[in-house]
Amino acid sequence: MSNNEILQVTDVCKTFGGVQALLNVSFSVQQGEVFGIIGPNGSGKTTLINCITGFIKMNSGKVLYNGKDISNKAPNHIANLGLTRTFQIMRPYYSLPAYKNLIIPLFSPRARRKGGWRGGGKLGDRGTVSIDILEEIGFERDSFVPYKLASSLPTGYLKRLELARCLALKPDLILCDEVFSGLSMSEIASMVPLIEKLQMDGITLVMIEHRLRELFRVASRVMVLNFGEKLIEGIPEEVMANEKVREAYLGSEKVLDYTFEA
Amino acid sequence: MNTQERRKERIDRGIKVRTEGIYAVSSWQEVTYLVLPRLILIVGLLLLPLIIPPLLGPYWKRVISYAAIYGLLALGFDFLAHFVGLVSLGGAFFIGVGGYTAALLNKSLGLSPLFTIPIATVGGAIICTLLLLPALPLRGVYFAIVTLMYPLALMRIIEALNIFGGTDGILGVAGFPNTWIEQYLIIFIVIFALFGLRRLVNEDIGLVFRGVKDNDQSVRASGLSITLYKAIAVFIASGLGCLGGAYLAHIYMWSGISQFALDFSVIPIAATVIGGGGTLVGPLLGCFFLVPISEWLRTFGTLRIVFYSVILMAFIMFRSEGVMVYAQRKYHQFQRWVKV
Repeated sequence: MSNNEILQVTDVCKTFGGVQALLNVSFSVQQGEVFGIIGPNGSGKTTLINCITGFIKMNSGKVLYNGKDISNKAPNHIANLGLTRTFQIMRPYYSLPAYKNLIIPLFSPRARRKGGWRGGGKLGDRGTVSIDILEEIGFERDSFVPYKLASSLPTGYLKRLELARCLALKPDLILCDEVFSGLSMSEIASMVPLIEKLQMDGITLVMIEHRLRELFRVASRVMVLNFGEKLIEGIPEEVMANEKVREAYLGSEKVLDYTFEA
Repeated sequence: MNTQERRKERIDRGIKVRTEGIYAVSSWQEVTYLVLPRLILIVGLLLLPLIIPPLLGPYWKRVISYAAIYGLLALGFDFLAHFVGLVSLGGAFFIGVGGYTAALLNKSLGLSPLFTIPIATVGGAIICTLLLLPALPLRGVYFAIVTLMYPLALMRIIEALNIFGGTDGILGVAGFPNTWIEQYLIIFIVIFALFGLRRLVNEDIGLVFRGVKDNDQSVRASGLSITLYKAIAVFIASGLGCLGGAYLAHIYMWSGISQFALDFSVIPIAATVIGGGGTLVGPLLGCFFLVPISEWLRTFGTLRIVFYSVILMAFIMFRSEGVMVYAQRKYHQFQRWVKV
């Protein structure tokens, strides 16, 4: 195995009562790549992210991050190692203005260590740093948007705010849980370059997506989950040509064939 | 192909943009608009000991101190409930721990109130925080139940084991040199606590507290331990309560199991309902309204609970947002009719 694997997940299992949410899922992510995870609804994608980031405890399995065992560690501990995640259902601080939302991650031990002057950049002003991050992620600096309450922001901005919270932690790896979902086509079109820019900045990305076309534009490798099990992993074209993947997404082909013959 | 090029850009400092909206220093009118409410509050509190006792009798000196102590509890309650998301019924717990710590320090080590009150504040807060530590992952009503259980349990433990003077309590605790010091010291402490807490919740660490209330999972994803910040918040709130308790022990010159009485848990909540939660100043004013009312109603004997309940119910039904929320809205906004 090459030694530039940033994330190595081995045989993760998780059951909720009698439901097998994840069964022996293994994959590894290379430093600097964009890795896609796709699968039908309820196939365990979000559960997998929750397990990796420590938000739920897995029954068995192992997660190595930069060669370090982080299985079932506390979420805040994992985030401080530079492994951050976004939430599918956005979790901003609704009562705070957008830029103050970022002061909370900037207050974390990792941001304080890495961000210069206790997370506040060169001037020791966390407000300035958070406005910088928001601009980078697509909030117009000179508009009122960064100063508006998060509760008054539309979905597109909230999705960006989720990403911004990760960036404030100066991450090495971001697990994106459906950042494109709920966005209009034009909003997605403006998000894609953002993802590409993050990758150029050397951040590794793991993306859960239903928007396959946009995902395949950025992702170099894709893994397919179905009913908690890994179906296949490979480059996007190979994966989508695979029979089992088509079955998982569209139902069995045989039924279709039958109707054609009839 | 190298797609990365560099260009130099000049941008406004964040702080410049954020302070652009501040014109206050440019005219007296605006300075007055900002300063007047705060000035009325501070001057009003400072005038209380000069005005009330001559009008109503010397007994009311004590009532002012009580109201201020309840005010500290209410500040702590409001801070925990509306800025950290922990509903605490622990007023009695904090008062009791602070009171007993101060009394024990005074009696056994002979320390003067000058030392016992600060030590009881910090020491009591540490004790309260450690005891509440296991309950910190709990939220909502479950945390409230645990905080309510502690004063009841401690009261019975002291009674059953007959420690710390048992049911008699600790007698002969040193008092304050005179009633002026007694009243003004606690009023200054309350003012300091009020403006300190207001500053704190808008500082960066205060934003973390508010984040814990808004969305604790998000705080964890931000690399911060929610248990740590909840513990810090409980330390601050219980410190305020223990300070009140220690003060009370020195006012009474006694410390006993009645300091675990549930009044200390319930009145701050009632004051928060009346004053308006989330404003910090509201609960404080609520205490300065409720505590004197409750003393004044003593003339009605046991009926006072009825009057008290009626006042509370009226507030909950007709002004459930609280007086200060209403007042702030009236101060900052106006309404007018528009043709449609």
